[in-house]
Amino acid sequence: MAILANAQTRLLVQGLGRMGQLHARLSAEYGGQVVGGVHPGRGGQTLAGLPVFETAAEAAAATGANASVIFVPPPGAADAILEAADAGLALVVCITEGVPAADMARVKRALRGGGTRLVGPNCPGVVTPGQCRIGIMPAQITRPGPVGVVSRSGTLTYEAVDQLSRLGIGQSTCLGIGGDPIIGTSFVEALALFQADPETRAVVMIGEIGGAAEEQAAQFVREHMTKPVAAFIAGAGAPPGKRMGHAGAIIAGGRGRAADKIAALRAAGAAISPTPAEIGATLAAHAGFPSPPS
Amino acid sequence: MNIHEFQAKSLLRQFGVAVPQGEVANTPQAAAAVAEALARGGASGFVVKAQIHAGGRGKGGGVKLASSAAEVPRIAAEILGMTLVTPQTGPGGRLVRRVLVEAATPIDRELYLALTLDRGSEGFAIIASTEGGMDIEEVAARTPQAIHTQLVDPNLGLRPYQSRKLARALQLGAEQSQQFAALLGGLYRLFVERDASLIEINPLVLSGNGANAALLALDAKLGFDDNALFRQPQIAALRDAEEEDPRERRARESGLAYVGLDGNVGCMVNGAGLAMATLDMITACGGSPANFLDAGGTADRERVKQAFKLILQDEQVRAILINIFGGIVRCDLIAEGVTAAAAELGVGVPLVVRLQGAEARRGREILDRAGLPGLRSAETLRQAAELAVAAARGS
Repeated sequence: MAILANAQTRLLVQGLGRMGQLHARLSAEYGGQVVGGVHPGRGGQTLAGLPVFETAAEAAAATGANASVIFVPPPGAADAILEAADAGLALVVCITEGVPAADMARVKRALRGGGTRLVGPNCPGVVTPGQCRIGIMPAQITRPGPVGVVSRSGTLTYEAVDQLSRLGIGQSTCLGIGGDPIIGTSFVEALALFQADPETRAVVMIGEIGGAAEEQAAQFVREHMTKPVAAFIAGAGAPPGKRMGHAGAIIAGGRGRAADKIAALRAAGAAISPTPAEIGATLAAHAGFPSPPS
Repeated sequence: MNIHEFQAKSLLRQFGVAVPQGEVANTPQAAAAVAEALARGGASGFVVKAQIHAGGRGKGGGVKLASSAAEVPRIAAEILGMTLVTPQTGPGGRLVRRVLVEAATPIDRELYLALTLDRGSEGFAIIASTEGGMDIEEVAARTPQAIHTQLVDPNLGLRPYQSRKLARALQLGAEQSQQFAALLGGLYRLFVERDASLIEINPLVLSGNGANAALLALDAKLGFDDNALFRQPQIAALRDAEEEDPRERRARESGLAYVGLDGNVGCMVNGAGLAMATLDMITACGGSPANFLDAGGTADRERVKQAFKLILQDEQVRAILINIFGGIVRCDLIAEGVTAAAAELGVGVPLVVRLQGAEARRGREILDRAGLPGLRSAETLRQAAELAVAAARGS
């Protein structure tokens, strides 16, 4: 089952530049169904082994696609998301980094009540191990199993997944939700999906400084989660007022501090990994997975 | 990206928002000329305001009143060239290179008005308060009932009823409510059309009594979405590079995200989350990071070199930790960049390199073959941090 993506996912790639082509190939090699590309001006060509279409609607009609991954540069990213939704795709994952926040505010409102789930932007994508890779994650570090992973970060997600896999703990789905202030799928929504997924037995959540998404997640964990949750919050030592790379990662006006997020999650019953090196071990202990011989 | 008050007020004027008469000056003579021109226009009192990218300028002596045009050059001479320390500049303060000379405005009421991107509602928020002229966070803490927030749907835009609600909350009369609607409309257009992330008018003043009272933006702080600068050339051109930390500026120009810290373990990491986590790990191992550095998703040989240069410019650095989890970035390319940069720049401090993910094995082989002196490879994040912290201690 997993969440969001599985062996039945039929993926379009929007934006077949160098990055789009590379990751279209890697996703196809991983074994997923990558069925076509959308690149205005290149319709009718074959790129990265994929038939290319002028519009997402044509591509969806011709290929039976139900999901898309967006590598379109920032000026056109919001339009590409809306186009994918208009084409009726159920899942849209936007990898693009640097999308203007106002564009995302408008897109989020436009998607409300519709049948499209957006993940990202500025995210590494979604991997359901052994079934489907959407985005840019190094899927070779994943392995199938019972732990859901959700994270605001990209490479820190890989770190956590790698730790789990090395402990012999596989993942149901690994999901990067993105580091921007306004994103398609929140921690709360991701946790709800994992809670409802019968194949997910426990969840790893990786947050960071800035905003209040982790506090909201803590409330959801307290009120709705029966599955064990292990969490790590990055940026405990970050100075206030300095943006730590991600547009969303800033402590401003005394809000968004790691300590508050950690306290909220701990109070909700989540296990907190004391350092980024113990995310896998914290989950293993909290969820009762047998420790491997050391 | 932030801009100066004089630039902000020029933008406000373009969008039909009333601001005091005035001009920017970078010498006492130029300040005198501005004051004289204002005096000819009927001004009798003047304000001289230091132009730096930090608030709290009044508290640090960066805002002064002059009762005659003749006093202005002397006051400007005091402020120009001073290192202004405010609660927001840090102890080092900022050098004042320009002053804004304005006609003094009689003030009857001081209000607060701000437009901002609101993460919570995923839209825009307008914040208004009758308690203007004070730090809004203090007002929020002390008298939260004095703060009124109106959320705006970005797809619907600002609606007339929202202006009316806010005018009521600010206790404005009928005449001023109409003025307020026009002013707020201008601010909203500026916010949307220029991709602002924050417009803060504090104070917004009511000058004069009765039907003749006018609303003016006495001070203005504007911030813009860095992600939208590609479509805002006019705004991008307002950037004052001298207001940025020189290392952070060089980093930005090389496509790197860098934040200077005060420890001695230099860091180069790909991805903001992993970069933050690497700092956390160094701290957990008893060390102290010298910087945050996200080499980004397209780190190549040239960027790695630029990153090294930035890290090595910090004289505190006693060891460098490179932590790369390949995905979009390939570890073999990073390894080539590290060996090339280390050879070219002559890295004189121990180097701990941890490569994982895409092409990690090939990357490690490249590093092994290069046989750089002082280079140590690590397998896990903990190992890498422990090695780097020990190396920085000289053990």
